[in-house]
Amino acid sequence: MGRRTAFRTRQLIRRALLGFKDEVLSDKDLWLCTTCYTCLERCPRGVDPTDVILAIRTMAVKSGHMLDRHKGVAGFVLGQGHAIPIDEANRKLRVSMGLKEFPPTTHSHKDALEEVQQIAKKMGFDKLVGYEWK
Amino acid sequence: MKYAFFLGCVIPNRYPGIELAMRNVAPKLGIELIDMEGASCCPAPGVFKSFDQPTWLALAARNLSIAEAEDLDIMTLCSGCFGTLKETNTILKEDSAKRESVNAILHEFKKEFQGNIDVRHFVEVLYNNIGVEKLKNLVKKPLPLTVAVHYGCHLLKPTKYRKVGSSERPKFLDELVEVLGAKSIPYRDKMMCCGAGGGVKASSPDTSLDVAKEKLQNIKNVGADCMVTPCAFCHLQYDRGQIDIQNKFGVAFNIPVLHYVQFLGLAMGFEPEKLGLPNNAVSVEPILRKI
Repeated sequence: MGRRTAFRTRQLIRRALLGFKDEVLSDKDLWLCTTCYTCLERCPRGVDPTDVILAIRTMAVKSGHMLDRHKGVAGFVLGQGHAIPIDEANRKLRVSMGLKEFPPTTHSHKDALEEVQQIAKKMGFDKLVGYEWK
Repeated sequence: MKYAFFLGCVIPNRYPGIELAMRNVAPKLGIELIDMEGASCCPAPGVFKSFDQPTWLALAARNLSIAEAEDLDIMTLCSGCFGTLKETNTILKEDSAKRESVNAILHEFKKEFQGNIDVRHFVEVLYNNIGVEKLKNLVKKPLPLTVAVHYGCHLLKPTKYRKVGSSERPKFLDELVEVLGAKSIPYRDKMMCCGAGGGVKASSPDTSLDVAKEKLQNIKNVGADCMVTPCAFCHLQYDRGQIDIQNKFGVAFNIPVLHYVQFLGLAMGFEPEKLGLPNNAVSVEPILRKI
């Protein structure tokens, strides 16, 4: 992302090392890493910057810093088992192609969806993202 | 050759044409696909791996256990799914503490992660198990096209969890494209990310599209007939993304984007309808006229 935005991985990690915790955890730029892993592959010192960014993201989430759109994605998985759930247009498209209207996933198996939901509950993931069960 | 077919989210719910292509092409390759009944999202690495690794591992382990129960290796057509399932499978095989805590949860649902299967990506199965030579014999309709090959990131990286090919200058996907009669054309920053991963497409759509736009411009500059990707999420980013880019930035590239399985299907002589090609966002007509 460094080539298209002001995001600088070195700056992020330096600030984290210097202990600017609140600034680092609340910085929206933390979420601009696409996790392409190029830095991790190339780092001659084995720093694994992508893994560091993911660890900082986890800390940010635990202290309540998460983006609404990501909460939305998490909510789709909790509600339907898919980050991108089926919609009416694609149900029709599937049928027109001769595929089953619903894929053989949680979309076709209510018990499987409940299993996914129960696992997420046991992990406390619903509370973490503030998901409201219907 | 029999695989547990992991669909993920983008393919069945946004690009069923890719699923259709795979179901049509597989028998000709000698691949039998077994559906993974009740599988969920892999789960999405951008959000789940970032937010909470234990949840990422547990939900992935549930998916892995579905294939384990069939005693089959998993095959995917999406590098995001490949990344999550390949990495979690490796982590849980190697780290007994993590495996035990995941299994403590799965046991409540009469499931278990045993660690006795592998996770594969379709293109890597083609290259390593079927082989370019055999593929050559299946070509009925060579494709006289210049192709911009896009590997994407998570098919290759991080290499500590997968040994698919060089992460800097891989060649296998170019070979898989060229054996179909096409020419893989070099272009600037070929290994650049599509810009969608890591949760960026969800949270910062404009920035994400801006990254995709740079690569599309580089591809336009060398006059490629189309782009071929092995990843459903990269495919979404470049195909539907071109419509979004046109709306947001006023630039129209009109570069057809094909998932590798769709491209392979064309060379094997399947009608475009059998490969879901008319349902791509960017029209593939220009390449159909050339072949």
